[in-house]
Order: sequence, then structure tokens, then C-alpha cells
Amino acid sequence: MIVDLLDTSTDAVNKKLSELREKAGVVTMGRVGTFIIKSDNVALLEESIEAANAASHEHPSRGLVVTTGNADVTEAQLDAQIRVGGDAGAGEIVVLRLSGPLADHANSVVTPFLLPDIPVVVWWPDAAPAVPAQDPLGQLAIRRITDATNCADPLAAIKSRLAGYTAGDTDLAWSRITYWRALLTSALDQKPHEQIDSALVSGLQNEPALDVLAGWLASRIDGPVRRAVGELKVELERKTETITLSRPQEGATATLSRTGKPDALVPLARRETRECLAEELRRLDADEIYFAALEGIEKVQYL
Amino acid sequence: MSPAGAEARPGAAGQWRNPLRDKKDKRLPRIAGPCAMVLFGVTGDLAHKKVVPAIYDLANRGLLPPTFSLVGFARRDWDHDAFAQVILDDIKEHSRTPFRQAIWERLADGLRFVQGTFDDEAGFNRLGETLDKLEAERGTGGNHVFYLAIPPKSFPVVCEQLHKSGLARPEEDRWSRVVIEKPFGHDLQSARELNHVVNSVFPEESVFRIDHYLGKETVQNILALRFANQLWDPIWNAHYVDHVQITMAEDIGLGGRGGYYDGIGAARDVIQNHLIQLLALTAMEEPVSFKPSALQAEKIKVLSATQLAEPLDETSSHGQYAAGWQGGEKVVGLLDEEGFSKESTTETFAAITLEVDTRRWAGVPFYLRTGKRLGRRVTEIALVFKRAPHLPFDATMTDELGANALVIRVQPDEGITLRFGSKVPGNAMEVRDVNMDFSYGSAFVEDSPEAYERLILDVLLGEPSLFPVNAEVELAWEILDPVLDQWAEIGKPDPYEAGTWGPKSAFDMLHRTGRDWRRP
Repeated sequence: MIVDLLDTSTDAVNKKLSELREKAGVVTMGRVGTFIIKSDNVALLEESIEAANAASHEHPSRGLVVTTGNADVTEAQLDAQIRVGGDAGAGEIVVLRLSGPLADHANSVVTPFLLPDIPVVVWWPDAAPAVPAQDPLGQLAIRRITDATNCADPLAAIKSRLAGYTAGDTDLAWSRITYWRALLTSALDQKPHEQIDSALVSGLQNEPALDVLAGWLASRIDGPVRRAVGELKVELERKTETITLSRPQEGATATLSRTGKPDALVPLARRETRECLAEELRRLDADEIYFAALEGIEKVQYL
Repeated sequence: MSPAGAEARPGAAGQWRNPLRDKKDKRLPRIAGPCAMVLFGVTGDLAHKKVVPAIYDLANRGLLPPTFSLVGFARRDWDHDAFAQVILDDIKEHSRTPFRQAIWERLADGLRFVQGTFDDEAGFNRLGETLDKLEAERGTGGNHVFYLAIPPKSFPVVCEQLHKSGLARPEEDRWSRVVIEKPFGHDLQSARELNHVVNSVFPEESVFRIDHYLGKETVQNILALRFANQLWDPIWNAHYVDHVQITMAEDIGLGGRGGYYDGIGAARDVIQNHLIQLLALTAMEEPVSFKPSALQAEKIKVLSATQLAEPLDETSSHGQYAAGWQGGEKVVGLLDEEGFSKESTTETFAAITLEVDTRRWAGVPFYLRTGKRLGRRVTEIALVFKRAPHLPFDATMTDELGANALVIRVQPDEGITLRFGSKVPGNAMEVRDVNMDFSYGSAFVEDSPEAYERLILDVLLGEPSLFPVNAEVELAWEILDPVLDQWAEIGKPDPYEAGTWGPKSAFDMLHRTGRDWRRP
């Protein structure tokens, strides 16, 4: 069910939500958080709402979508749209379009809708503030999620995350490579038990997930970590063995090779946003390994 | 219980510290090292419905090692394609996660089939050759899991063959584990013999006994509920709890399962393993950590203090379902089911009273019951609290007030219920029971992993917390044996109509002490 409220107030929207709860039996109990999406890109917004809906199956939340309408008008105006039931995954969604001077006060508009006493998470699917924790919406949240992949200059974006970092920040580029890291880590559990002397991460230039993967390796090993543009692969060079995890750019199956051992095929498709989001929502504490990876990017040698 | 980012494991890895592993990397899933699983009993129900689908779901979630290989061992005259088709059918019919061709293809690359019978040495030699080839061609590291999804009477011969062929021999840098399913014997004596047979080939730390209840989210949640919260701690004892009821009820009958069930009965099938494990988790003292040894120590401690309440004829009940109407369908009694003799004294319903002789629980009866063809399928643990010593209300105001209860709904509708008295809306002060529910179903809507996925993953990781050890199995038999002997002497169990909640003797059992069974 979708209910539009044009030129409205937060009070009116809240009343409508209560009404929907009582009349239509829409339940707002059992939520684990409030999830705020902030973006001005209309096309990306619907896609993002869909991804959030999917993630909400694991983390039922109230969704608040904040977007700018017409920032240039002189009069402040709030337009809202409530989505409940099938249109809202496992929660309810309120889309808030802010026009005029209101566009700079997203936090005041959002505050009456935050569910009591449970965590708030903010996601910027594309352009994000330089210091998310100082942004008016970011200040409300315990977890702030950015996505360097969708920024105009992805490499610059992921590099800038370090300067703007506050505990609780994370980027979807990081969760995109979780299974790459898991496979490499698991490979190192096996013999030969040798340190990694150097590493190479190669792939598309505009894939910040690879930059933060390289940063992670740089933060874990003493030797040089190189980042190249070319086929998609990660190489870990050690004294007697090189481990390579590679995948055709568009493919879904990766190859794990180790010197002197048979190649292993492993399913490793590009991770969808919805899965990355679900992973980000599982833990809300500071991700120190992510922070270390951001620091590590500074040490990566770009070829 | 399988923390991500474990430190280097002792023994196999020595002092190796993996530079990429960090305890603080909480999001990193633990993927098991290379290994192969040999599935004995690949044509049985357990394999079709539980083991194979769980393996597929683990692969789909990215948790299986890349070179994982599954070897089926059976008498059937199958070629590789026929076997692969069987596995594919199992996956398509019973897996939890959606079917993806790419995942199937990777799994299929590692499928092998060895034809043989349990007493045929040549078959085991072929098995050895297949495993060696897998090690060379795929890189399974020589690590093997032997999954015995077979009747216990075959354990001795299979273990002996594994021993003779050298497949179970412990070697440097490779591990061999055995997985066995219940029933773990049919009394203390036979359980000890069974353990002896298995341990003669596999040391205890390589033996993984599956009690699938321990793989369930809700059962693991008992530990979270009890030990992560301050809220329940003060009342989780004899000062406030009047009694505990643990129920596992099923509505299905035993048609076609006579071969397995006749002579075993409800107590051996369910109480000995699942319900006694639930009792242990509910009654144990808090472990000092979640290390497997710490958990096992507490479970063994509480089980060693547990025994049947006497006299047994007043504190237990055994029943056998008779014909009746089950959910709108006319059904036959056990004696008319296929595979059961007309003189069968196998009980399909068992209820016992246990006492836990600890300071925490002295004087609190634990009532355990299980049965087939009962009202509906449900498993729950209910702590029923004492009534308030003094009620300032008029008797009429609290006529309908029952006892407070904390109910852990293990299945279905997984979650927790708190029942307490609340004022009935209206002009007068009337108090009635209301339920406050937490449902996994609404707070965590995402499908949680099936118990078998969790357990098989832990076998591959070598993580023993969720598997009962020898001592737990033997203690459970020690507790149960006296009532099994009693029932064997009595012979005929009390009949109850299918679709009801058990024989009259079960209700009398509680009425005697002024209590009542919950209708779950």
C-alpha cells in the first residue's frame, strides 16, 4: 500500500502511520532499527530502496528515505510518501522529499520518525559527506554506510574515507570483498606456513573494492602491495608458493591456484548491494579492520 | 560457538599465526580447510532430506572449501551420472536456499561414487583409491569426514573396515573424523559398547555425534537468553520456579517405520537425546566461557546430579496411540500400522519426572514428555513459576489468573513467550493472563540456517561445542534406564486416542501434585 501526502507536516505523517497501524493492522513492533537512506539521485533511489527492502528481511527496520525536491524555492515544503505491506519489505518506508530551506535540515524532519531506543543507520548510496559523522543525519546514527563505487571518482572517494573516518563508518566497497578475503585467509591456514612477502591486486581502475582489498593486505603484511589495472586477480607471493585468486571480470566462477597444487574452481560472483547491506547491518560496532585497511591504502603502490 | 577469526589451532598448525586472521575481523566467515566427506547411507532418508541439502546450502552460502568433495558409498549399481542425478534431486527437492546452477556445477565436480557393501574389503579399498585420487586431482589435503548415516548395528563392521584399510589412521597434517547419528545404543550397556567400538578406531576428539537439536537457533538461544541477560538470572531457580515442562510432540504416526521404531520407543528415540539435552541447557550452571570444554563440563555436572523421581509408577507414564481422528483424517492405531506386530509393546508416548539435585533446583520437578500422534507438532520448554504468596486481590478478581510462565518455543514459531497477569480492560479490577511474545519470525525474518548446516560446518571446522560427548550420552542412559526397565516389565503401554495429548496416566502424573500439563 502506498499513501502520498503532499505539502504536509511530520505530525500529519505520524498520524497517518498510527492510523495505518490500527486500521490496516500494519505492525510496527519487533523492529531492530531505523534505516535512513539519503540520496538526490532519483534513479538510484528506487534501486536503493529495493536493496534495503531485501536487507530488511534479515533486519526488519523502519525505512526513512530522504531526498531533495526543489532546493531553490523560497518556501520550505515537505512531501511524504508512506509505503507499507508488500511495498516495503519487512518494515514500513516513509519517503521524505525536502524542498526549499528545509533541504538543509534533514535531521529535524527525520527525528520524529526515529523508532524509540533502537539503533539508527544511515546509508548514502552515492555522494556522501566528507565526514559522515558530522553530517546532520550522520550525527543521529550509530552506523554510517557510504559507497565509493557509486561516486563520481571512486578511487578518490575511497581514499577520502580515511580523513573523514569516525568509528562506526563503513563502505560497501569493503563488504563487497568479504568472500575474497575469506578465501584468501582460509588458504593461508593451510601449509606451507610462510609469511606473505608481497602481494598484487589487479582489476578495473574504477573498482574501489580492490583498492580497499589492497589496503587490507598492506595493513596485514610487511612487504609491498601493488595495485594494477588489468585482469581481475589477487596474488599473494611467498617463499615457495604463490596463491592466486582470479576471476573473469564478468564471470561468476573464480579460480584459486596454488603453486604445485591443482587449481580449484569456486563460485565468487560480484556481490549484490542487498547482500553487502545485510552484512553491514549485522554488526553496529566499529570495524577496526576496515579502518586499518583505509590506512593501508596509503601504503599501496599504484602501478 | 564457531567464532570468526580463531587463533591458530594447536596440534596441526603448531604456532602458525595466519597474518590475515584477526579476532577483531568479526565479519569474516570461517571457511573450512580442504577435505572430502564420505557418506555411508547415501540412499537413506537422512542423506536425502538433511545431509545432502545442507551441504548444498553451505556451498551456496560460500562456506565450503573450494576443493570439497563428496563421496557416496553404497551397494547400488550406479555409475557417476546416476549418482549425480540422485544428489541433484535431493538438492532441488530439499535445500533451503535457492538453486543456482553455478553452485551445483562446482559441487558436481567433486562428486564421486564407490560401490560396495559394508563387509566387502574390496569396496573399502576402492574407497581408499578414490580418496587418494581426489587428494591428488582436487587437493582435498587427505582430510576426511566419514559420515555414518547408517543403522547402529552396522557401525562395528564399518569402523573395522575403515581401520583395516588404513583410512582412519591418524597421520601428521591430516585429520579423520567420524559423524554418527542417534540412537547411541538402546541402554547404558549397549551405549558403552558402541562407544568402545567407535573409539577403538577414532579417538574421542574425532567423534562427532549429531543431536540436531543442538544445531537449532532457538536451542543455542537458551544460552544467550540465560547468560547474556541479567534479567532472568535471579528467578531461574527453585525460589521462583515451581516446575519445568519440556515437551516434544508430533502429529505424525509411524506407518512404514516399524523397522526402525519397533522395540525402540519414544523414550529412547527422543527423551534420551533431545529432551535431556534441553534439560541440561535449561538447568546447567553458567559456563565460565564458551569454550567447548567449559560447556561440556557444566552439562556433565548437571546431568550427573539428575535422576528419575520415585516411585516410578506415580511419576512416569507410557502410552501407545490407538485409532482416532487426527486433524480431520481418520488414522489407525500403532498395532494396525504397517511393520508393527499386533503384540507390540513399543511406547509412542513417554513422560517422566526428573529431579535435579543441586542447590539451584532441589524440589523443582522437571516433567519431560514426548509422543507421536499428539495434538500438533510442537517443541517447547516452559518454566512455570510459583504463584504469588499473597494476592491482595479478591478471589473473584484473580479466578482466571494462572501461573507466570517463561516459554521457549523451540519449534514452530520459534521464539520466547512470557505469560503474566494483566488487568482486563473494563470498570472492575479483574486480572487475566496475557502473553508477551518475541518471535524470531518477526525480528529476524531472514531464513536462519538449518541445524544440519550448522553442525556439518562445525564438523568440517573441527569445532566440538555443539556435539554431545561420550559422558553426556552415558549419563543420559543412566538416567533413563530404570524407567525403561520398569516399562519393559509392565509390558503394555496405556492407549490414547490419536490426536489427543496422551494417556490418562500422563495427566494423573501431574494432577497428583496439584499441577497440570500445558496445552502447547
